Amino acid sequence: MKEFFQAASNWVVPLLLVGIPLFAFAVKRVKVYESFIEGAKEGFWIGVKIIPYLVAILVAIGMFRASGAMGLLVAALRPVTGLIGFPPEALPVALLRPLSGSGTLGLISDLFQTFGPDSFIGRLVSVIEGSTETTFYVLAIYFGSISVRKARYALPASLLGDLTGVAAAFIVCSLLF
Amino acid sequence: MNIVWLSLIILAVLTAAVRGTMPEISKAAFTSATTAVELSLGLIGAMSLFLGLMRVAQDAGLVQALARLLRPLFRFLFPSVPQDHPALGAIALNLGANMLGLGDAATPMGLKAMQELQTLNPSQDTATDAMCTFLALNSSSVQLVPAVVIGLRAAAGSQNPSEIILAAILATSCSTLVAVASARLFSRMPYFKKSESQPGGGAQ
Repeated sequence: MKEFFQAASNWVVPLLLVGIPLFAFAVKRVKVYESFIEGAKEGFWIGVKIIPYLVAILVAIGMFRASGAMGLLVAALRPVTGLIGFPPEALPVALLRPLSGSGTLGLISDLFQTFGPDSFIGRLVSVIEGSTETTFYVLAIYFGSISVRKARYALPASLLGDLTGVAAAFIVCSLLF
Repeated sequence: MNIVWLSLIILAVLTAAVRGTMPEISKAAFTSATTAVELSLGLIGAMSLFLGLMRVAQDAGLVQALARLLRPLFRFLFPSVPQDHPALGAIALNLGANMLGLGDAATPMGLKAMQELQTLNPSQDTATDAMCTFLALNSSSVQLVPAVVIGLRAAAGSQNPSEIILAAILATSCSTLVAVASARLFSRMPYFKKSESQPGGGAQ
């Protein structure tokens, strides 16, 4: 199973890179090189456009993490999550997940070292990682790339999704493992 | 967003004042700013590659064919987007890449989709319902195989690194459903009504 997924993910991109231009050129007579260049042109400006949005959100998140406020938040929430039996060790992962993807992976690695990847905590944080996203980053670049500053309900809806992901991960792991 | 952003910074400075971590947070502010620029510029390569490839697929009619396949789903999710709009093609590619766990490909397609949705937006600095739904979809993770964490598990010596796939699919289905449903619900709430959003208000 694991080998299959690894092989599949290794093949997907090269197959797309050869398949799409080949089909376009051979079947649809598309000038594939010109067409590619035309599309690729846009990449640069999108990258530049998102800079201010990403700086704003990453600076705020960076300061928040460096101050140690995360520890306070974990301490404040611990009594609540303790009531339902959610492991306190997994709480920082759930809280950090929408803020920082690389930070979350670091925490997960630490937990794998301490408890092992096949422990309940190890499995739980794996599922949390797999069922949620770095919401703040996604919001900053998706809306930043088109200069949308008023996000309306995008953030609350996304965070509700993340919260559900964590709760569902806990329930599913409790049932399956 | 204004409130969240300000709260993060205020909480950081207050905590730093109590704990004496002021030097750490000022250092973090500068390194994060640098990281943000590096990340943005780092995206340009993958962005150009996949936007180039996407244009080839578009010119060959492949993207439109994919969007037609998903038309019933899109009619439900994005009722405000016309059936043959190019935004739907980009959204289809983004969701496909996300499901396969191809993050590098998904982001360029997602940003392209946002650009296309922006062409339908009457007020350019405010998100439309379609944009909010699309963002909720993307930030709730629709990936079927969480490849990164499986790799991490394998590296940590797991007996069965991929055993979490089923659990992750179940959990991510719940998170996606709730994100989309709450987006739909919020779109009907007067507080988030687009027409009434004034500068600063209704645009959290």
